[in-house]
Amino acid sequence: MKYVDEFRNRDIAKGIIEKIHGVSRKPVNIMEICGSHTHSISKYGIRDALPRNIRLISGPGCPVCVTSAGDINRLIGFVRHEKDIILATFGDMMRVPGSGSSLEREKARGSDIRVVYSPADVLDIAASDPGREVVFSAVGFETTAPAVAATILMAQERGLKNISFLSLHKLTPPAMRALLDSGEVELDGFICPGHVTAVIGADAYRFISSEYHAPCVVAGFEPLDVLQGIYMLILQEEEGRSEIEIQYKRIVTWEGNRKARDIMDRVFETCDASWRGIGNIPMSGLTIRSAFGDLDAARRFSLPEGIDEETPGCSCGSLLKGLTAPNECPLFGKACTPEDPKGPCMVSSEGTCAAYYKYGEGAPQ
Amino acid sequence: MRDRQILLGHGSGGKLSHMLIREIFLKAFDNEFLAPLNDQAVFNVPAPRLAFTTDSYVVNPIFFPGGDIGKLSVCGAINDLAVGGAEPLYLSASFIIEEGLSFEELEAVVSSMAKAAHAAGVKIVTGDTKVVERGKGDKLFISTAGIGVLKDGPVLSPSLIRPGDLIIVSGFIGDHGIAVMAHREGIRMDVPVESDCAPLHLLVKDMLSAAGGIRAMRDPTRGGLATTLNEFAASSGCGIVIRENDVPVREAVRGACELLGFDPLYLANEGKLVAVVASDSAQAILKAMRSNPLGADAAVIGEVTDEPPGRALIETAIGNKRILDMLSGAQLPRIC
Repeated sequence: MKYVDEFRNRDIAKGIIEKIHGVSRKPVNIMEICGSHTHSISKYGIRDALPRNIRLISGPGCPVCVTSAGDINRLIGFVRHEKDIILATFGDMMRVPGSGSSLEREKARGSDIRVVYSPADVLDIAASDPGREVVFSAVGFETTAPAVAATILMAQERGLKNISFLSLHKLTPPAMRALLDSGEVELDGFICPGHVTAVIGADAYRFISSEYHAPCVVAGFEPLDVLQGIYMLILQEEEGRSEIEIQYKRIVTWEGNRKARDIMDRVFETCDASWRGIGNIPMSGLTIRSAFGDLDAARRFSLPEGIDEETPGCSCGSLLKGLTAPNECPLFGKACTPEDPKGPCMVSSEGTCAAYYKYGEGAPQ
Repeated sequence: MRDRQILLGHGSGGKLSHMLIREIFLKAFDNEFLAPLNDQAVFNVPAPRLAFTTDSYVVNPIFFPGGDIGKLSVCGAINDLAVGGAEPLYLSASFIIEEGLSFEELEAVVSSMAKAAHAAGVKIVTGDTKVVERGKGDKLFISTAGIGVLKDGPVLSPSLIRPGDLIIVSGFIGDHGIAVMAHREGIRMDVPVESDCAPLHLLVKDMLSAAGGIRAMRDPTRGGLATTLNEFAASSGCGIVIRENDVPVREAVRGACELLGFDPLYLANEGKLVAVVASDSAQAILKAMRSNPLGADAAVIGEVTDEPPGRALIETAIGNKRILDMLSGAQLPRIC
């Protein structure tokens, strides 16, 4: 298949793996921020192909996973309280366990919760049922936020009165800073998310090289992209450089997608946000600007407080900080499976545990 | 009968039921075993060993590119018999119809079943009809059972699988899953994908006459190729290693999977089989398969190994190996 097979070429992959083995000397801890990178690493067996001194650590890069337990419980409380609303959400949110329930269970109990594939679908739901309030729980990073911002503008343009949005959007660079500041996890460099960076631009990571002296490579998601990204990062480590480099040049620029950023800025402003495992990170979230207050569910409804407690035994919090690998969690593959997930990282298709489980990493050999 | 719809009365057992049976089912399936409309079909079987199978079909939508729920229900029963090495003879068919289904749609499904059965040389000899209230079903559910006869010889079974055996798949995988999903979700593709729904008994016959050495066969329906390979590995206690690059997948199916985040190895097939064969028979079997249109794209995709016992591995496109697990959860619901 054109534009895909070129990036899965076996001989080139072998060549890059050999080059990595050739240059790598130091023990290196690399964090891949993005859940899609984790997925690709597991799917193509990349972890096992690398020298033992290179450790790949999955970061807080799955939007459903980083949504705090408090926010999940708040949504559950909300649909219990507001029985007449339609809550629209992305599919992965349905099965994330809160305290004693999930949106999936609330749906089974009679709440009207609908899965949408695109934020724009929410407009059609609202237009076809004008007598009912439709609320979209918007999760996602800088990749999803512009699409939600565009949907909010479209809702305003169409004059829809029965629709609102609950923004749980989060920003990537502040989370990277928080991880580096915490000092809890030893990080030597980052594989930065390709599609987030396509929006925000690689310049957004300048502070990581200037303030923290950690190298960053923005990589694509095909196996050759990931391997080349790792090679570029290892080369920086071995040569003592800490620069921002773009491997994913066919998509990513230094300045990003101005149009997407503008639309995001027009609708949202930054706010503090609570991340699962990490806790509150200043200015790491997006809230809807007051000019669009009518479309902001947080202003339109009095949302209940949600208890911010993790499922007992669940390691998702420490996993999202890079402190624990999925197979180090006592629940992984035993009490916690994709069929009966105990934490969000096993639910979401971008979740680290789901990737490890699906592709047999950490399974008994 | 245009514009007429199924009413609850058509399932009452009374006059309307009888009319439905005569005008729709008997007319389409007519044969000497069904015609007396007894509570059971009575027939002789030309062999001492029988194979018996049953399956239910709930696919949504009931018509899709390359087939419909009727063709699926007949081919499904035939294939479940065929992959055990049996020659399919007789089928039963039970219909659970939602009130309000149009006669036109029911007739189209029934005629498609009759056509598929006739083409495959099997007879639908007994059946049942129930009607449920509107909203309590989804247009139409069909359940078929099938009886086939087996020649003497060992029964094909994953327990016969040995290290060194080869894995053959009969053609492109994933067509059915993508065809139904794309049609259901209204996704238009430049190259439309049709369901591969087809009866496999003649292909199996060709394979069995080509050479001995077939250990086990299965049709990888729900759960796809990956799930079938895991079943083989678990039942035999052997390892299975396949090469991702050797698995036949159409460009259009690969494209749809890339776009939608599906893995073709987990997509349902309705006209494909996977066979584990002794390595010295593989070439003869492959040749026989390729001369049948339903096996034209057959390929050896991997082999049986000692390690890891009971598990399947895949050599990925870039040459690394990883575990190939069974399907977790539902990749696509209501696909067959």
